[in-house]
Amino acid sequence: MSKLRIVNHPLIKKGEQKRISFTFNGESLEGLEGEPIAAALLAHGIRILRRHEESGSNRGLYCAIGHCMECRVDVQGKGQVRACLTPIVEGMEVVEGKQLENKITGREAP
Amino acid sequence: MMEKQYTDVLIIGAGPAGLAAATNLFESGFKITILDEFPHPGGRLLGQFHEESDGSWWIGRQVASELVEMTKQPNISLQCGVSVYGLKQISEGWEVLSSVGTIETKYLLLATGAAEIPVPLEGWTLPGVMSIGAAQVLTNVHMVKPGDRGIIVGVNVLGLAISRELAVAGVDLAGIVLSPNNLFSGENANPVEAINLLMSLSHLAPSAWMRLGGSLAQKMKMGKWVSTFFPRQGMNVWDIPLLLKTTISSIQGKKSVESVVLADVNSSGQIIAGSEREEKVDFVALAGGLYPLAELAAVAGCSFLYLPELGGNIPLHNEQMKTPLSNLYVAGNITGVEGAQVAMAQGKLAARSIGNDAGLLKNGREKIAEAMDEVHQVRKTATIQFHPGIIAARKRVYEMYDSLQKESLTS
Ligand SMILES: Cc1cc2nc3c(=O)[nH]c(=O)nc-3n(C[C@H](O)[C@H](O)[C@H](O)COP(=O)(O)OP(=O)(O)OC[C@H]3O[C@@H](n4cnc5c(N)ncnc54)[C@H](O)[C@@H]3O)c2cc1C
Ligand code: FES
Repeated sequence: MSKLRIVNHPLIKKGEQKRISFTFNGESLEGLEGEPIAAALLAHGIRILRRHEESGSNRGLYCAIGHCMECRVDVQGKGQVRACLTPIVEGMEVVEGKQLENKITGREAP
Repeated sequence: MMEKQYTDVLIIGAGPAGLAAATNLFESGFKITILDEFPHPGGRLLGQFHEESDGSWWIGRQVASELVEMTKQPNISLQCGVSVYGLKQISEGWEVLSSVGTIETKYLLLATGAAEIPVPLEGWTLPGVMSIGAAQVLTNVHMVKPGDRGIIVGVNVLGLAISRELAVAGVDLAGIVLSPNNLFSGENANPVEAINLLMSLSHLAPSAWMRLGGSLAQKMKMGKWVSTFFPRQGMNVWDIPLLLKTTISSIQGKKSVESVVLADVNSSGQIIAGSEREEKVDFVALAGGLYPLAELAAVAGCSFLYLPELGGNIPLHNEQMKTPLSNLYVAGNITGVEGAQVAMAQGKLAARSIGNDAGLLKNGREKIAEAMDEVHQVRKTATIQFHPGIIAARKRVYEMYDSLQKESLTS
């Protein structure tokens, strides 16, 4: 169990959730069925969800409820999604949001 | 192409307002559809809990599951994971564009809630910096700590309430400091204003945070005086240092947050030169306050009013929760930032308005008056209030609605 998971909350009880596996940038990870990608990754200490499309700087979740769009990742078969709203499912393949090329300045993708 | 869906009442948002509206409408026999983009119903109820004045705990997640239970009716369809991004008025109601296609409805209720005001400062795009609401949702909804050790930035009602929740969950906090004093901060960066806010709300708020504000106030009477005598090293409340004379000047880290730079401020919020110091943290929670999430009302073509007491720009509506656009209703925090119990009462009122407008509510006028009264009562006794001027501001909204309606009738 990851050290960031809260197991004995004094007031909140959550039902049993099945452990499932998914991948992030090709690495196989375990998560709890139904939890959003961003929470499953954070439980493993992974905060970087995306590289800024232009600058390439690291980005993570900001609002966790779908408002800010900072947490964009790519999910195989779904395209770009918000990692804070999209629940993981068994076998899901997730890839971080990438820095893109800039056709105007001529900067190439990394 | 996805097939077009039809419904009688469409509710956008399955928070306390939207869910309460649905549960008060199902007896009408209407086909009711509730959409929400979060994977679970309940809205911001899911992450909140607070201590009532009698010492018992009010747990939002439980209230949400009770409401969801009540929506299990053959004529109610609750769909989560669905985003709404467009609205169009049509002759027989509204056409709604969503991630599962177009839905046509006769009556439309917007119950989209509130969003957080961002707090920009140096380093705030680093992973590990998040809004205070994100820290709440991670901790109380997903039950993953936002990090090993964090700091809260911003002294306001939501920031204090959530700090307490994080402490209850065992999240390690270095303290609560003032918002950064920059172009974007306004009054939040000023220690006197921060104390004044705590004092003005202390009589309603249940937690010791607010009692702290209140007892300080009683002892010292004036905000300015409090700020002069408040210890620079802060006061511990729930084991969290409340640092009312400390601000944040930047967030540092290579790949993600590693530390913050803190500094002492004078009573007008200016940094005292040479007082900067580094504090190791791996997450920063920014509490900038809430504003009504009302984009969809703007897309619909609703007119807006600006009322700081209600959190900013709100769609024009009357006390029965009707907007000037036909068959368009609003309820909950989209009409102004308040607690979840008020949102529920507003949802019930909106449901009665819709029922009455459809000619399906017996003794409609009385039932609506009763529901309006309930909103007043709940508001008066609410344990969490976000702004002291809410009641007067609400009144101004309704007066404005009436005068604009009269104008459009005579012109
Ligand atoms: C981050 C945050 C934390 C809060 N914490 C507290 C607290 O601790 N205590 C307290 O008293 N109050 C808190 N509040 C205030 C809160 O808004 C009210 O307590 C209450 O939840 C408002 O109810 P509502 O039904 O109006 O909106 P919400 O509970 O916010 O529900 C609105 C729902 O609408 C959905 N939605 C919005 N837009 C769309 C769209 N375009 N398409 C589909 N679905 C959409 C959202 O996903 C959400 O589930 C918080 C608010 C926020 C934003
Ligand atoms: S973190 Fe804001 S949209 Fe996902």
